[in-house]
Amino acid sequence: MEVKNKEYSVSYQPENALVICKGSLSLNGTAEYEPMLELLLQAANQQMQHLTLNLCGLTFLNSSGINTFTKFVIQVRKRQDLQLRIIGYEEIAWQVKLLRNLQRLMPTLEIDVIPQTT
Amino acid sequence: MIKILGNFISDIPIQTEYLQIGFSPSSIPLKQRWQTNGLSADFISEYLEVFFVGQQVVHGEKFVISSQINDAVKYVANELLENAMKFSAPDSDYPTRISFFLFDQQVVFHVINAVTQNSADNLEVLIHTLLDNDPHELYLAKMEANAEESGGHSGLGFLSMVCDYSAKLGWKFEKLAPDSPFIIVTTMVCLDIT
Repeated sequence: MEVKNKEYSVSYQPENALVICKGSLSLNGTAEYEPMLELLLQAANQQMQHLTLNLCGLTFLNSSGINTFTKFVIQVRKRQDLQLRIIGYEEIAWQVKLLRNLQRLMPTLEIDVIPQTT
Repeated sequence: MIKILGNFISDIPIQTEYLQIGFSPSSIPLKQRWQTNGLSADFISEYLEVFFVGQQVVHGEKFVISSQINDAVKYVANELLENAMKFSAPDSDYPTRISFFLFDQQVVFHVINAVTQNSADNLEVLIHTLLDNDPHELYLAKMEANAEESGGHSGLGFLSMVCDYSAKLGWKFEKLAPDSPFIIVTTMVCLDIT
């Protein structure tokens, strides 16, 4: 399952319980982000134990994109059975800030800030 | 009548080096115009890196731009351009201009656009909410509130500039002309770069 255009891609790998986000996300408002939010929610609904969201390949995210990830996390925190993990690069300051903000919304969120060299 | 809110610098030195991008909001459809936001934001952040920071010497040492500053400049430029496109009055032929001023320790964004009286009123309410509350608490509260809503704008742009990038924001409102239905809004964003 994948949502993409020439600027970005968000792909779900059910067998690995993994969603990978790549590229630059600067869509216009909630409506244009709806397909991406749907994909994220479907991925969460299909997984019973854990789901990983890898944001390392994301080069840019606008405020409507931030809003999409916060909506997703707020939805998922209702699920007691699903452990959500989000990965970002420690060298990319906005990714670290986003992950920490998401963790403030969902204290059980596992955030993994990794060096770019790995 | 002129109204100033927040951290607004009225007298930017004219000899300051600056970059300005202008466009007419109604000349091409929004969807098409939207695609230029990323290009303009990239250009502004690269301009900062190549023409400004590379030349600077702070405390006797060449100042090297961090990726964090570059990201902040790109993010703020993009958000300001998005706002200008979303909220500029479509019936006005007043050009929207984004200017980017370069100082030793700070970069300043300056966006001028024409909006309807209704948009100006809504913006003023939002500004007062922002100025009268703790922005970090407001940021999280807005995220929670948005989770219950299905449409519209996120309202996170200014809050993320303040909370994630320590930006200082200011605004000026003035009537375009005594008999005009439009208000000219100048939005100013200051970012420390040291």
